[in-house]
Amino acid sequence: MREYMTTREIVGPLLLIDSVVDVTYGELVELEYPDGTRSLGNVLEVNGSVALVQAFEGTRGSNPAGTKAKFLGRPLELGVSRDMLGRVFDGLGRPIDGGPEIIPEKRLPIHGSPINPTARDFPDDFIQTGISAIDGLNPLVRGQKLPIFSGSGLPHNELAAQIARQSAVLVRSDRPDVVGEKMEGEFAVVFAAMGITFEDAEFFKNEFRTTSAIERAVLFLNLADDPAVERIATPRMALTAAEHLAYECDMHVLVILTDMTYYCEALREVSAARKEVPGRRGYPGYLYTDLATIYERAGRIKGKHGSITQVPILSMPDDDKTHPIPDLTGYITEGQIILDRNLHRRGIYPPVAVLPSLSRLKQKGIGPGKTREDHADLSNQLFGAYARGLQAKELAVILGEAALSETDKAFVAFADAFEDRFIRQGKHEERSVAETLSIGWELAALLPRSELKRIKDEYVEKYLPSQEG
Amino acid sequence: MEQGRIIKVAGPLVVAEGLVESKMYDLVRVGDEGLMGEIIEMRGDRASIQVYEETEGLGPGDPVVSTGAPLSVELGPGMLEQVYDGVQRPLDVLQAQAGAFIARGLSAPALDRERLWAFEPRVKPGDAVAGGDVIGVVQENVVIEHRIMVPPGLAGEIVEVREGEHTVTDVVARLRAADGTVHDLTMMQVWPVRVPRPYREKVSAAEPLVTGTRVIDTFFPVVKGGVACIPGPFGAGKTVTQHQIAKWSNAEIVVFIGCGERGNEMTDVLMEFPELTDPYSGQPLMKRTVLVANTSNMPVAAREASVYTGITMAEYFRDMGYNVVLQADSTSRWAEAMREISGRLEEMPGDEGFPAYLGTRLASFYERAGKVRALGSDGREGSVTVVGSVSPPGGDLSEPVVQNTLRVVKVFWALQDQLAFQRHFPAIDWLTSYSLYLDKVTPFWAERVSPEFRARRDEAMAILQREAELAEIVRLVGVEALSPEERVLMETAKSIREDFLQQNAFRDDDQFSSLAEQDALLRVILLFRDKALEALSRGASLEAIFSAPVRERIARAKYLSAEDLAEFEAIASEIETQLVGGEEEEPASVYAGGER
Repeated sequence: MREYMTTREIVGPLLLIDSVVDVTYGELVELEYPDGTRSLGNVLEVNGSVALVQAFEGTRGSNPAGTKAKFLGRPLELGVSRDMLGRVFDGLGRPIDGGPEIIPEKRLPIHGSPINPTARDFPDDFIQTGISAIDGLNPLVRGQKLPIFSGSGLPHNELAAQIARQSAVLVRSDRPDVVGEKMEGEFAVVFAAMGITFEDAEFFKNEFRTTSAIERAVLFLNLADDPAVERIATPRMALTAAEHLAYECDMHVLVILTDMTYYCEALREVSAARKEVPGRRGYPGYLYTDLATIYERAGRIKGKHGSITQVPILSMPDDDKTHPIPDLTGYITEGQIILDRNLHRRGIYPPVAVLPSLSRLKQKGIGPGKTREDHADLSNQLFGAYARGLQAKELAVILGEAALSETDKAFVAFADAFEDRFIRQGKHEERSVAETLSIGWELAALLPRSELKRIKDEYVEKYLPSQEG
Repeated sequence: MEQGRIIKVAGPLVVAEGLVESKMYDLVRVGDEGLMGEIIEMRGDRASIQVYEETEGLGPGDPVVSTGAPLSVELGPGMLEQVYDGVQRPLDVLQAQAGAFIARGLSAPALDRERLWAFEPRVKPGDAVAGGDVIGVVQENVVIEHRIMVPPGLAGEIVEVREGEHTVTDVVARLRAADGTVHDLTMMQVWPVRVPRPYREKVSAAEPLVTGTRVIDTFFPVVKGGVACIPGPFGAGKTVTQHQIAKWSNAEIVVFIGCGERGNEMTDVLMEFPELTDPYSGQPLMKRTVLVANTSNMPVAAREASVYTGITMAEYFRDMGYNVVLQADSTSRWAEAMREISGRLEEMPGDEGFPAYLGTRLASFYERAGKVRALGSDGREGSVTVVGSVSPPGGDLSEPVVQNTLRVVKVFWALQDQLAFQRHFPAIDWLTSYSLYLDKVTPFWAERVSPEFRARRDEAMAILQREAELAEIVRLVGVEALSPEERVLMETAKSIREDFLQQNAFRDDDQFSSLAEQDALLRVILLFRDKALEALSRGASLEAIFSAPVRERIARAKYLSAEDLAEFEAIASEIETQLVGGEEEEPASVYAGGER
């Protein structure tokens, strides 16, 4: 057994251990401190006979003389099994729900391997979240990574829970004007909490429990009072479980990662302790690459039935989209759903800021067969009309309502109705795509017919509700 | 084959001792799995190695074997339609070997060793040849004739030629050099990626690269052999713009490097390009394309190498006499890879942690672009156009990668997220973008498009500039404060923006505009302005002018195709009749109420 008591230095979460033999980069280490505390760690750097180890559960209780380090000869792994469904684990993959240990089908290193780009299948199956602001305008597609950019105090947890609860794939429809039925099936949720509070975690647990979604969910919880460095492993634990469920058990897995901001802060903490040259705002220069190794694990693979769809949540410090965390995330993910404080203050749930939100895979996921033939046109029209309505409102603030033309007034009325009827919906209200599109058409009817330029005439004929009186 | 031992592992950087004979940038095999790596620093017998694969599981004592040769690419038939990773491993072969995930320690030759190519000689025994001379050709696919050249540096007399079916490693010709040694020539050359391929001379480039994207071709053109960059925040459409150029530009070869970007984007290219038809050859676009895919989650050191791998392949096609477009999406990720490696080397950092040599590296990369007269006696010319995207953090253009790039590129297409929010695509900001090739392409325009094209372009640009100034006034005091002439200008600017600059990349009848269409479209837009001013001076009302039915036709004119150029004439005469009327009578519709 390669056990050492040769710790030389302890700095923050890092230990420098001397005189080690045959240690490899990334190797898992079991640490035992003089007060009996145990922690797992891994090797960050090995230089000759000196190993730099990061302790996932912190270094409290350790001292150089009395710390035992046992090198396990394997990287950090997760034992995966289909039986993980319905279970709750800590941030390092150990059960904390009082249930029995998982008997793993296999043990996988949590870092995974990159998907070969030629093996990827393009994500183009629409996911119905039952939320109009998403389904109608910025639809989620199976295999996509679509983060929620939020801020403190905004209801991102409610939104994520609602997505997790309601998400379903639709059966392909053979008629362009009919939306397919919801497909019952192998849908699973993998939930990773990083640094969120006990209360937030309870909220999710309860949400899953009351809707019995818990039976098809796997939870990894690293809470605010759990060791910060452990958070670096948590999303990778979750994704390793998700990959097993998706590619071995043929399930469609929705992975919710919350809150990525705390994950990045843990990374910064380790980087600072290593005295690395910092990039922007003290975050390490490799933050982009590191985040990519998490987000890029979403996708579909040719020849495999299952898929991984990611909804990471991150709270933007001071609602600033240019902060390095949302910024780098936006460069990797396929769009973003942005929550807006103004809408929230006005009591609109979900407060999705429709205009700056974006789903890059939208074109691929909607249309005849997938949703309905008029979806793309209608969505463009609603988007354009809402943008124009907001612009007109701004103008009215400066020049007064009287300065608006009749058409502009119609757009202002449209924008208000759009927020009130299309964006706003209940926390437990599930709208089918057909319902979402119907509301969209009712709203489109508020505009002069000549303004519906972005919709093909045949769709206007077919779907626009006939005007009463 | 010198062998050393690892003494240190820190992420993608490994330090080994015992490598005395090795040289800087030599390729090494690391560990028992033989992971690929490259020596990037040497101190005494200690070599720092950047490893192109995940280093987990490596430790002190593991072997490091030097190959004695620098990182090189294989150049020959079989590159087209292929997808490589950053160190030119064919990804489809890796998939066949290891499945959907990229395992470690895989290796595969870049060119298929089994495949036979029909070699048609262009020389006969007794001919004197030198480096760059074409000794034969292979029809690589229906579009591209692959020219087999004498490798640079060799010269002599051909003593044997073997016509017929050969693999890339078969000898197809033999050459006796002046000193009497006989060299075997195969269809494959091996070239170190960090060394630019030689050419006879650089020549000045003046022919525009037609991309089919109106805002680029008309307002900010790039030449064949030029350098351009596309900076912009996320969501502004960098990748879509890059894809548009890859799809519709009139280059003969496209090398597309997905450098640290999304996996699904490469999948998109992979699935779409074989389906799309090249407007020039009528064949699938993939036939002229080489892809280098090193996505963001693939090892960071291979990302650093990927741009060199790509440009070396591009130079090789240039040497054959082709016009090549090399696209790097995104150079920021490449710069970040440099930063990461530099950090591990504990080098003194420059701006924002980037290495002090960032500017030099960027400049020497972009300098590999250009139009050249290639080696070889036939004086053929080829070019490499480089289009690099830059992803500035937070959209901040003052950051080091953008600034260092701007020093060397001649064309700047600035993407604006504000425009993207307004769904103005391509979101290229016409006020801050520029092209320094404008004067160079003007003679070409005058000869091939129309003598007035440049003047029209400049006028449209001036209108857009003026609009930006007037927009301030409108914002403060409302549109009523403008004179009627200024209102006409504002409407014209709007028409230029909406009917000309905006282009839908996802609409079949809009994604590509020929230069002739662009000229015709600009002409009708400006004609409307001229006639509107004329009508105004004759007392017509603004409302009447702005509601002229022909405007609807102008708005739809961008969907016309090259065959419909006559349509533009029809629109022009309609503008004439609706605004100023025929010679005799003035149409009542416009002048109703115009006497006030």
